[in-house]
Amino acid sequence: MSEQAQARGDFAVELRGITKTFPGVIANHDVNLSVRPGTIHAIVGENGAGKSTLMKTLYGMHQPDEGSITVDGVTRTFRSPTDAIAAGIGMVHQHFMLADNLTITENIILGNEPVTSRGRIDFAAAHARIGALMSTLGVDFDLDAPVSSLGVGQRQRVEILKVLYRGARILILDEPTAVLVPQEVIELFVTLKRLVAEGATVIFISHKLDEVLANCDEITVIRQGTTVAHTSPRETDRRGLAELMVGGDLPDPSGRDTHVRDSVLLEVAAIDVAGTAVGSKLALDQVSLRVRSGEIVGIAGVEGNGQFELCEAILGLVPTVRGSVSMEGRDISHTPTRERINAGLSYIPFDRHREGLLLDAPLWENTFLGREDNRRLTSGLFTRRRAIEADSRAIIDRFGVRTPSEQVPAFALSGGNQQKLVVGREMASDPKVLLAAHPTRGVDVGAQAAIWDELRHARDNGLGVLLVSADLEELIGLSDTILVMYDGRITAQLDPAEATPEMLGTYMTGEVQGARS
Amino acid sequence: MNRQKLQRVLVTSASSVLAIIVALVICAVILLITGKDPVKAYSTLFGAAGETKVLQGMLNRATPLMISAAAVAIGFKMNLFNIGVEGQMRVALLSTAVIGGAVNLPAPLHIAFCFVVAMATGALWSGIAGWLKVKRNVNEVISTIMLNFIALSVVAWSFDTFFRLDKEGESTSLLVKTKDLPRSAWFPDLVDRRLNGMLIVAIVILILFWVLVWKTKFGFQLRASGANSGAARATGVNPKRMIFISMLISGALAGLVGMRALMGDVHAYQNNLAEQQGFNGIAVALLGRNHPVGIFFSALLFGFLGEASGRLQLEDIPKEIVTIMTGIIVLAVVIINEAVKRWDDRRIQRRAAAMVEAAS
Repeated sequence: MSEQAQARGDFAVELRGITKTFPGVIANHDVNLSVRPGTIHAIVGENGAGKSTLMKTLYGMHQPDEGSITVDGVTRTFRSPTDAIAAGIGMVHQHFMLADNLTITENIILGNEPVTSRGRIDFAAAHARIGALMSTLGVDFDLDAPVSSLGVGQRQRVEILKVLYRGARILILDEPTAVLVPQEVIELFVTLKRLVAEGATVIFISHKLDEVLANCDEITVIRQGTTVAHTSPRETDRRGLAELMVGGDLPDPSGRDTHVRDSVLLEVAAIDVAGTAVGSKLALDQVSLRVRSGEIVGIAGVEGNGQFELCEAILGLVPTVRGSVSMEGRDISHTPTRERINAGLSYIPFDRHREGLLLDAPLWENTFLGREDNRRLTSGLFTRRRAIEADSRAIIDRFGVRTPSEQVPAFALSGGNQQKLVVGREMASDPKVLLAAHPTRGVDVGAQAAIWDELRHARDNGLGVLLVSADLEELIGLSDTILVMYDGRITAQLDPAEATPEMLGTYMTGEVQGARS
Repeated sequence: MNRQKLQRVLVTSASSVLAIIVALVICAVILLITGKDPVKAYSTLFGAAGETKVLQGMLNRATPLMISAAAVAIGFKMNLFNIGVEGQMRVALLSTAVIGGAVNLPAPLHIAFCFVVAMATGALWSGIAGWLKVKRNVNEVISTIMLNFIALSVVAWSFDTFFRLDKEGESTSLLVKTKDLPRSAWFPDLVDRRLNGMLIVAIVILILFWVLVWKTKFGFQLRASGANSGAARATGVNPKRMIFISMLISGALAGLVGMRALMGDVHAYQNNLAEQQGFNGIAVALLGRNHPVGIFFSALLFGFLGEASGRLQLEDIPKEIVTIMTGIIVLAVVIINEAVKRWDDRRIQRRAAAMVEAAS
């Protein structure tokens, strides 16, 4: 950071020495952030590094224990988001806060309705003001259309309009591209650049480095709760930024001196799965794949292209319309889920909170979940509490879950430790086939390395793994073969020895559909 | 280890105890406002605790409450709110009075037969709500409330049309009943005409409830489905099956709620028999935190309040103050429970973080 830049008043937003402590989670300590007006300023960091805590501080959702917040040269205390809004700060949330059944206008003016002298909502005034904002943004909506008719990218644009309507000049966008397809990402940045040209300031939270490098003016890196670097796309590259994020060398997921064996453990043969809405297209369309003993098959793809349905279909949680699933040569297409699990199928779910854990229950109940047919843990109809607790302690030890005891409820653990517990539970029953969905999502580097080690170790002992991941380095490093999913189909098969993240990225957008090599 | 367990017990019971205190305070204020002496009221009310007769009455009143609270609690464990215990109980009452009265069996068998009829008809009625939930995704709160109305009307109508027994010259009496159950179906008293043996059955039910929910695989899957249906489903627990089975168990227990009144007291069906005991079970389950031990003591408390409230009238204090108190307890326990849980969650999280920190 240059000397003259530290002079007061040069910044739209300046945070000095912000510290915020919470029990159980990495919060912020000594966070410093300087955002120049009229720039897109990225805040990058791993999941759990403390980005959200920082943004909540800036938006007044909680108060820092120490430190100062300066907006446009004025030091402020935000008691609530209302104070932050009054200071010209607006937040575009990751999960949109729009009412589906209201029109675009109604959503935008909600809470700030212009009123005529007779006490009615002045829609004419609202339309005029929103119209002006739309031309600034370069978008055009039918303002009387219900929000339910809009796509995800358009909804985000409405959120931005809403924030601008409230008078925000400093916009915080929390992981705005997580829900967008590549074309919408491009459109979003066009919009943001127009805004910045008009004098607004954008704070852009992300962990997608390519986007940040391509579109942002300045970058602040946050790691383990504190700001560790301030840089710009001119001064760094993808790898340099990634190393700043994790601190030191990146853990290396690779290590592929493996021996894939001949025996096929899991075979998915041309399955179709119906879409959720009536009359919608297939969620899975003629998907076939094989996982052999000692093999990790990676699935690459933008989220929502059928990966979830694929795992659900293999588990038997959704019915297949056509095709078959077999394990070790035995057709299990009509076998109940529980029997598939008992036959050696394990699942690290996509979302550990929604599908993996009983958050309010103690850890020993969590490690027991799904293993009620284990003879060691139960006798007849009854559970054996002591055996279950001992088994839970063994999992905690083996996987290095940091917890005082197995009696602690799962919510008290940090995200990384929760994930290690889930991975540990799924590996504890010595599965033959593991469906691993984002096994290291949202965990710290140490936990990531530990989970990778476990996967590699189990694979060397003959485990077959179907690995779904959004972390392309992880996919390339761990997989023996990579399949790309797009729009419910497998569109390419790639050799990880030759694949690069950039190359995977182009396949994932569906622009290129490689022949299956 | 033991300290942890003790802490957990204290935290869980704290909200219930606090709720009772809050209710006592608010009722004292109400008494003051209406010009009555709260000290006199409470000393009259709780002074009755010394009398054997009151204690016997308390146990008698607590018996059906324990069973109906267990019926409600098993639903709560699964995130199901069975408000229909009252209706299920009513259907079971008339069916048992009619079918049980139509057969002749040796005493123990006859009693068992009546229980089976009561449980089957209760489960049949709750099964409708379970079926609607599983097949048509109808919220069980709505369906059980509606089924309550239907049950009350259908039972009252069929009793009036087919089963009422008009004694000579008494046909206009309000206390019309069905034909008496044969003596072999009477549930014996522990203390003659004062305390019925169904108390033992209720306690056994609570013990079985505890074993089922906390000690069996089925109970674990039930609690897991209630705690996170997504996680339970991903491990192969069929959520629809769990919903249906727990509704059936809940209804079967609901069927037994009225049996103290029917088989142990009146020995025939009449329209006000065991009235409100299904609804009161909801309050008892809430106060008892859906745990058998909590339910046991809550049922005793409600039983006592009901039994002792009559004393208040002797002192010219309206006994409705007890009804008000019950209502406030239920409201307060829900509110306080939420606050205590938040506080306790933070406490646990902080402590776990501190212990992990210290270990590393």
